[in-house]
Amino acid sequence: MATVGIRAVRKRFGGNEVIRGIDCDVADGELLVMLGPSGCGKSTLLRMVAGLEPISGGEVAIGGRVVNAVEPKDRNIAMVFQNYALYPHMSVFDNMAYGLRIRGLPKAEIAGRVRAAAEMLELAPFLDRRPKDLSGGQRQRVAMGRAIVREPDVFLFDEPLSNLDAKLRTQMRVEIKRLQTRMGVTSLYVTHDQVEAMTLADRIMVMNAGLAEQVGTPAEVYARPASVFVAGFIGAPPMNLVPVQVGGGSAILPDGARLALPAGAGQGARAATLGIRPEHLQPDPLGPVRMTVDLVEALGADTVVHGRLAGGTVLLARLPGDAAVRAGDALALAAPPEALHLFDPGTGRRI
Amino acid sequence: MRRKVIFRNRWLPYLLLAPQLGVTLVFFIWPSLQAVWQSFLREDMFGLSSTFVWFDNYRVVLADPGYMAAVRRTAVFSVAVALAALMPALLLAVMVDRMLKGVAFWRTILVLPYAIAPAVAGVLFLFMFNPSVGVVARMLTAAGVDWNPRLDGTDAMILVVLAAAWKQISYNFLFFLAGLQAIPKSLLEAAAIDGAGGWTRFRTIVLPLLSPVTFFLVTVNVVYAFFDTFGVIHAVTQGGPAKATEILVYKAWYDGIIATDFGRSAAQSVILMIVVIALTAVQFRYIDRRVQY
Amino acid sequence: MHSLHDRTPWLALIVIGAGIVLTLFPVWIAFTASTLPPQAIARGDLLLPGAEGAATYRTILFEGARTSRMAAPPVSGLLWNSLIMALVIAAGKIAISVISAYAVVFFSFPGRMLAFWTIFITLMLPVEVRIVPTYQVVAGLGMLNTYAGLTVPLIASATATLLFRQFFLTIPDELVEAAKVDGAGPMRFFLDTVLPLSRTNIAALFVILFIYGWNQYLWPLLITTRADMDTIVIGITKMIGAGDALTDWNLVMATTVLAILPPALVVLAMQRQFVKGLVDTEK
Repeated sequence: MATVGIRAVRKRFGGNEVIRGIDCDVADGELLVMLGPSGCGKSTLLRMVAGLEPISGGEVAIGGRVVNAVEPKDRNIAMVFQNYALYPHMSVFDNMAYGLRIRGLPKAEIAGRVRAAAEMLELAPFLDRRPKDLSGGQRQRVAMGRAIVREPDVFLFDEPLSNLDAKLRTQMRVEIKRLQTRMGVTSLYVTHDQVEAMTLADRIMVMNAGLAEQVGTPAEVYARPASVFVAGFIGAPPMNLVPVQVGGGSAILPDGARLALPAGAGQGARAATLGIRPEHLQPDPLGPVRMTVDLVEALGADTVVHGRLAGGTVLLARLPGDAAVRAGDALALAAPPEALHLFDPGTGRRI
Repeated sequence: MRRKVIFRNRWLPYLLLAPQLGVTLVFFIWPSLQAVWQSFLREDMFGLSSTFVWFDNYRVVLADPGYMAAVRRTAVFSVAVALAALMPALLLAVMVDRMLKGVAFWRTILVLPYAIAPAVAGVLFLFMFNPSVGVVARMLTAAGVDWNPRLDGTDAMILVVLAAAWKQISYNFLFFLAGLQAIPKSLLEAAAIDGAGGWTRFRTIVLPLLSPVTFFLVTVNVVYAFFDTFGVIHAVTQGGPAKATEILVYKAWYDGIIATDFGRSAAQSVILMIVVIALTAVQFRYIDRRVQY
Repeated sequence: MHSLHDRTPWLALIVIGAGIVLTLFPVWIAFTASTLPPQAIARGDLLLPGAEGAATYRTILFEGARTSRMAAPPVSGLLWNSLIMALVIAAGKIAISVISAYAVVFFSFPGRMLAFWTIFITLMLPVEVRIVPTYQVVAGLGMLNTYAGLTVPLIASATATLLFRQFFLTIPDELVEAAKVDGAGPMRFFLDTVLPLSRTNIAALFVILFIYGWNQYLWPLLITTRADMDTIVIGITKMIGAGDALTDWNLVMATTVLAILPPALVVLAMQRQFVKGLVDTEK
């Protein structure tokens, strides 16, 4: 068990800086999800924690010990790779036992640990098989097993579920969460899937272009996105982001409609980006937002309505599944003041 | 060409490379440099001293009508071997490819000569075509052909070409067959629907798609005929009769090892080296082209 | 598919049949000649085997052909020399190529490209273009008429190195990283993972290189002067001598059959690896 400290960490490839100074402290037993689009540097950051990628600046500490110059094998970490990286010529048992053998553990101890992990992951019947004779989900579990038997200080997961089909992914997500809670091992988990992030994480680090845009619990990240990027990245369908003028306690939409801001906000006149989640826009005959419906997506539980303000601004609203709306309808909507988010149009940060 | 993920170690890679580089430097690079160096030297009659003579050896070699005859002979020999080894191989490959069953079985038998040394192939042909006891020679004589490779230069040339080609057919066959089987059957079906008959399909679809393989095999066969057939010549004719089958490699060996004229043999070696480099370059252009596909 | 092959492939059968005859006839004749008495060979009755085979093979294998016209050493010795040469060359080439490819692919170090090109350039330097100086180097090292002289100078291999390099480049990065996390160093990874994964490539190369070694001609001709150091291929051509009617063709052909047998058996037994090896080494 250990904490992980990431302090002012930077990574350069040639002249190209892909991690531009990230700070984060992961508590003992916590599961931190690093979430972001491809190319944001999340895998690189994870690999620097693993020791697979040299650190260009700053430091990484595991259990209070700075490990910048420590080989991966001496960091007491275990890693689950996206493509599992199972040794194709070794049986399931040998794949799990390999790291323990290299560390010179006694045979009986190795066998005990591997059997226990296999039991936990329901792999016991497959211990003699080769990876190629296993299904995708089974291979994924072997990769997990290989990490578990090591009894490491830290688990590192690099998009471990992205090679599975949707159904298996959901199933394995639950299984990972259960295992991690039960074992209480500090974990860093990289993914580009926000559902995975929201369901698994104790805290999420939302990354963009080599920076941590926000670190917070899933609820915080959802309820108070720290930037336009986070606001747009988390939530499906995504948050509406509309350029507005702020003044006199209201936000003025491009078509002139005024939305009341929470008490005390928006006094000085300025330009801003207004964020409203689609689910916060609800029909209200007196509502200030008047839009013409373009397209209706009936999803069963919800109905997603695509509409247009008078000036052409596109808005999404998420209505109940039984909402009787059709393309061409005029719709009046309102949003509660506390559900409105304002961002600086220049920096993108929350106001 | 390097992997992204590597190991860090100061001395291990050198240790791993040492045997290969050692053998390469001592037995490949150094002798080759020696060959170049010797090609500029002339030893005195007793081999006691040598003088630097610039390009004299090359001048002598290239002005030697015997050498130029060997160049022409080698050209004839190479083209003949390449043709005699490629044509039957293509024919056989096309026929085996048409078989729906037993491809592996036919292939097994037809590739057998690959395992036979060129010199041994030469001995087999020497026996079959021996004017006094050879089975084939008897048939030729019975058919009224005046056959005697021991005395007739043309007969001798035909004999070494046949022996050299026979051994190489299996290699070409294997590559042609692989090339044919790589052609998607759907292409041929599309052509058939477009109204192309069997011969048209072969000419307009199969041959063009086979051209990279063919090109590759031509260079391989020329290299084979130039260098690997030394054993055939040495076993069957010793370059005779009257040098009628003395190809360049044989001459370089003879002048150097038997006649011990190191300078001239070295000059011949360097000329051959240039030929190999040119042929290798051609071969690698083929690989470049294939990468583009 | 069927419509393209609607006619009975009579033509194909005829052509393939002719090919098979062409392929096997010379070998068949060699076999029958090795079982016939010299008189039958002289008469030209070669199509069917005779009864002298056992005696002929026993003679050449263990006593050597000692007739009025020649004195060849026992073929068993020649076979042994060929076997040593083929095995050492095949094993040696594979061993030094697999480790040098590993060095070039899995490490970064000063001189890496130079090393690679030095190996690569040997493709363009066959023995045939450097006959005399190579002979002089081997002679200078006192390696004439030795197994070391027959084999060591041939075990550098650009082809095998390129093949292994090609294969190593396909090993996924994550596998290397998993090994690092598991605590495996470079040699451990090589022995535990890279070598086992290279098994099929090694087998394929082995077939090709065994044949290459067995069939060497110019090299043993240069390096050996003692009859007891000859390979079987060299031994045959020495037995032919003048190559005329006086040659003991039954003895020569028996030796020839014995020279063909080992590489042919290797090809037949390892057919799949052989085809793979042949195609892969030309990539």
